[in-house]
Amino acid sequence: MTYMQKPKIRHPRLKKNDLGLTRRDYEGVLSTLCAGCGHDSVTAAIIEACFELQLPAHRLAKLSGIGCSSKTTAYFLSQAHGFNSLHGRMPAIATGANLANRDLIYLGVSGDGDTASIGLNQFCHAVRRRLNMVYIVENNGTYGLTKGQFSATNDKNSKSKKGGNNLFEAMDLCALAIQLKAGFVARGFSGDKAQLVPLIKSAMRYRGFALLDIISPCVTFNNHAASTKSYDYIRDHSEAVDKLDFVPAQEEITANYDEGQTVNVTMHDGSSMRLHKLETDYDPRNADEALMHIRKRYAEGEVVTGLLYVDQEEEDLHSLIETTERPLNELSMDELCPGSQPLEELNNTLR
Amino acid sequence: MTGVNDFVVKFANVNGSGSASANSFFAKALFRMGLPVSPKNIFPSNIQGLPTWFEVRISEAGHLARREGVDIMVAMNPQTYAQDVEEVVSGGYLIYDSTREREFGRDDINVLGIPIARLCAFAFDDPRHRQLFKNIVYVGALAGLVGIEISVIEQIIFEQFKRKEHLNDANLKALHIGLDYSLEKFKCPLPLRVRQSDAATGKIMISGNDAAGLGCIYAGATVAAWYPITPSTSLAEAFERYLNKYRIDECGRKLGAVVQAEDELAAVGIAIGAGWNGARAFTATSGPGISLMSEFIGLAYFAEIPVVIFNVQRGGPSTGMPTRTQQSDIIACAYASHGDTRHVLLFPSDPKECFEMAAEAFDLAERLQTPVIVMSDLDIGMNTWVVDPLEWDDSRKHDRGKVLDAEALEALKEKWGRYKDSDGDGIPYRTIPGTHPEKGAYFTRGSSHTEYASYTEDGLVNAKNLARLLRKFKTAMSMVPRPTINQRDENSKLGIIYFGGTDHAVREGLDLLERDGYRLNALRLRAFPFSPDVAAFAAAHERVFVIEQNRDGQMRSLLITEAGIQAEKLIPVLNFDGMPLSGAFVAGCIQSTIETNEHVANALRLSVRAV
Ligand SMILES: Cc1ncc(C[n+]2csc(CCOP(=O)(O)OP(=O)(O)O)c2C)c(N)n1
Ligand code: SF4
Ligand SMILES: [Mg+2]
Repeated sequence: MTYMQKPKIRHPRLKKNDLGLTRRDYEGVLSTLCAGCGHDSVTAAIIEACFELQLPAHRLAKLSGIGCSSKTTAYFLSQAHGFNSLHGRMPAIATGANLANRDLIYLGVSGDGDTASIGLNQFCHAVRRRLNMVYIVENNGTYGLTKGQFSATNDKNSKSKKGGNNLFEAMDLCALAIQLKAGFVARGFSGDKAQLVPLIKSAMRYRGFALLDIISPCVTFNNHAASTKSYDYIRDHSEAVDKLDFVPAQEEITANYDEGQTVNVTMHDGSSMRLHKLETDYDPRNADEALMHIRKRYAEGEVVTGLLYVDQEEEDLHSLIETTERPLNELSMDELCPGSQPLEELNNTLR
Repeated sequence: MTGVNDFVVKFANVNGSGSASANSFFAKALFRMGLPVSPKNIFPSNIQGLPTWFEVRISEAGHLARREGVDIMVAMNPQTYAQDVEEVVSGGYLIYDSTREREFGRDDINVLGIPIARLCAFAFDDPRHRQLFKNIVYVGALAGLVGIEISVIEQIIFEQFKRKEHLNDANLKALHIGLDYSLEKFKCPLPLRVRQSDAATGKIMISGNDAAGLGCIYAGATVAAWYPITPSTSLAEAFERYLNKYRIDECGRKLGAVVQAEDELAAVGIAIGAGWNGARAFTATSGPGISLMSEFIGLAYFAEIPVVIFNVQRGGPSTGMPTRTQQSDIIACAYASHGDTRHVLLFPSDPKECFEMAAEAFDLAERLQTPVIVMSDLDIGMNTWVVDPLEWDDSRKHDRGKVLDAEALEALKEKWGRYKDSDGDGIPYRTIPGTHPEKGAYFTRGSSHTEYASYTEDGLVNAKNLARLLRKFKTAMSMVPRPTINQRDENSKLGIIYFGGTDHAVREGLDLLERDGYRLNALRLRAFPFSPDVAAFAAAHERVFVIEQNRDGQMRSLLITEAGIQAEKLIPVLNFDGMPLSGAFVAGCIQSTIETNEHVANALRLSVRAV
């Protein structure tokens, strides 16, 4: 099957952002995923977030691994370069791309198979390196593209569509990322766009590693009654710890909330994340508490969503390894090549 | 046994005992006296305790290959006495620590006992120094025995310990203890001795990895990602060192990034991600790393992303002999990854060429938008070689290949296709992310794609793309460095094809053969794909010896399938014991084939008739 270009019908009354772009301008080619796949809802939320952030699409790069989830980078932002790489290897591509040009936004989309199994090593190390990127895992507890095998995020004792029992412990990518000191860790649900869009926007403005673990049901292989990653199960068992607003740099924070109920995190570019805590004892700035909370609720069969952890000290790989402020791919060869004189001096030291 | 300015010294030591730097002082001193030397470190895959050797051939005639047979053995490791003593040529010398005297059972060699441990025990209080300075004592003794000017070594020690005066003094003390002992007890200098020469004047001493790391700096590489593996580690480390030396901006920040990756998959992936995004990027590895990188190399081939990979080859298969040299990744690299792939390979022969080919590799990778693998090896990479000084032509332009910038995108008349062959050379035009708000974005993928980079399952479209990639590889043939040809006798019907670090051995071998009445021509391959010169060379000869350091004649196979040379014509000369080749090995193999193989004998008769 050859891909289909989405017809670009420009409705004169479509709402435009300050760049003069409509939501349509943030779309990509037509999705070839199954109707009802959670991944398509995540795509829609990404489009919405980019539209609202007024992003010039070409200043973002889309990166992915292999899987139904990884295919979705073709379905949004057709004016952005995309790189659908290898199964589990998106973090390496993202690292290299980011090193080459620190000025673009890097949006990675992966699956639970892509991240938690074959790509676990690279995922962990991208977190450790504080790679400045948004890393979205479209988590359906299964290998969609290879037709429904259990993935490592699938809950123990959860059943497959054919009735098989998952014998092994589930991996919680958010907990893992917090342990590895990711800067921004959130969980969302593809079916909850109101929560998802501000999470994506905040993640894109955060400098450092931002993980979005999005429960995104696979309607074809893992949406049956005995699955813990089905629409029904998540609707019944998810619990938001907070409600997030993203406030762009220029805008004033106006809404009034109770002191002690809100957390305001100002980001490096002056924008802020305004968090309304739904659980009074939950503080997303405390990694230990976040971990405890995730575990406690998991034991009760609940999936916590929202911004789970944020490190207010934004830090990224470039600052750690002290690269120049300018994008490396823009440096001229004259700046990079020392020339013949230093070589002669060097030759002298080798005699 | 040979004499003045022409002999082999070997040091047998225990790994981790501090011998390495003392031995290198010795080699460097000879070099400073104007002598071509070829130090070879023969070391174990171990940090402390196992045997290690350091061999130095001194050759005023400039023969820098290994030479079998040891003229002076400094036997400091009782574990290996038996084999070390055996290696000494008849009439040669054995130096050992005679604190505890012993017999070696050979009356055809000269045994020189020096009570090294006792001398150190008298001179130094610190037990660590007593151990460490044994090495400097034997260097001092050797200096007396072979007639090295002591001031030369003193200067080298001074340069080494400039900032640590107490170490400098202690080293000098040990040096003189050794020197005085040999001058007093032995008839110095020995018939094997050195004399100031100008044979190495103007040259430098550098390892291939050091030169390649520097070459990457000169090539304008800005992203390096690597995972530690012998013998490639020092290449990435050299790059980082030179980055810190040459590429710091006004704010003290680096114009380049080095990442020690989690494994080789990530290392090459990082380099590919950076290459895709318009930076010059590379990784350095060895055989096991190449195996891990293969999937990614195939992606870079098919998605057409420039990346440079240094493969500093070691003994395989599997973990193999990590500290020995081989040329046994030829096939694995030429066709790395599944599906129909083939890759550009460069074969440097010495550190100077490592520097030059490093720079060349980045131009080729970007011009061809494909992986380029520089096939160095442990001998070239980790040993220090005497070579001509490195040169850089300031008028040289880095060739970034076909990249469309915003202006070029604006000026385009027709619809741009990322994988469209507009110029007929198989090389399409690429764009870098972030270049233009509306033009030039495309989707990079490892799945089958159309000229416009969109997904396709149309077999014919995919086949057409694969055919174009082959066309591109043909184009590469005219871009890569051409072979060098050593035409010794235009009538000779016997030839040699070889590549890489065996250059000195082959050249010496050719001399030895000529001395015995056999004149052969030689071609040194410098790249794959093969230039038409290679097939032409084969056509001009009846029989061609293919010299390589692997078991299976991998280059010979490649010559048969890729240069279309008949198999019968190519006679394998193989060595895979992990040691650098010697000229005698090359000459010996060829001579015995001439004497036993009737086809070769016929070829020889043809050559003689032509004369
Ligand atoms: C090296 C390699 N092994 C196996 C595969 C086959 N494969 C493709 S997608 C996939 C699993 C995808 O699962 P996930 O990442 O969860 O994505 P989903 O399809 O569920 O969105 C596998 C195993 C591959 N492409 N590459
Ligand atoms: S198989 Fe599952 S994950 Fe894949 S597209 Fe269909 S619903 Fe989505
Ligand atoms: Mg999945």
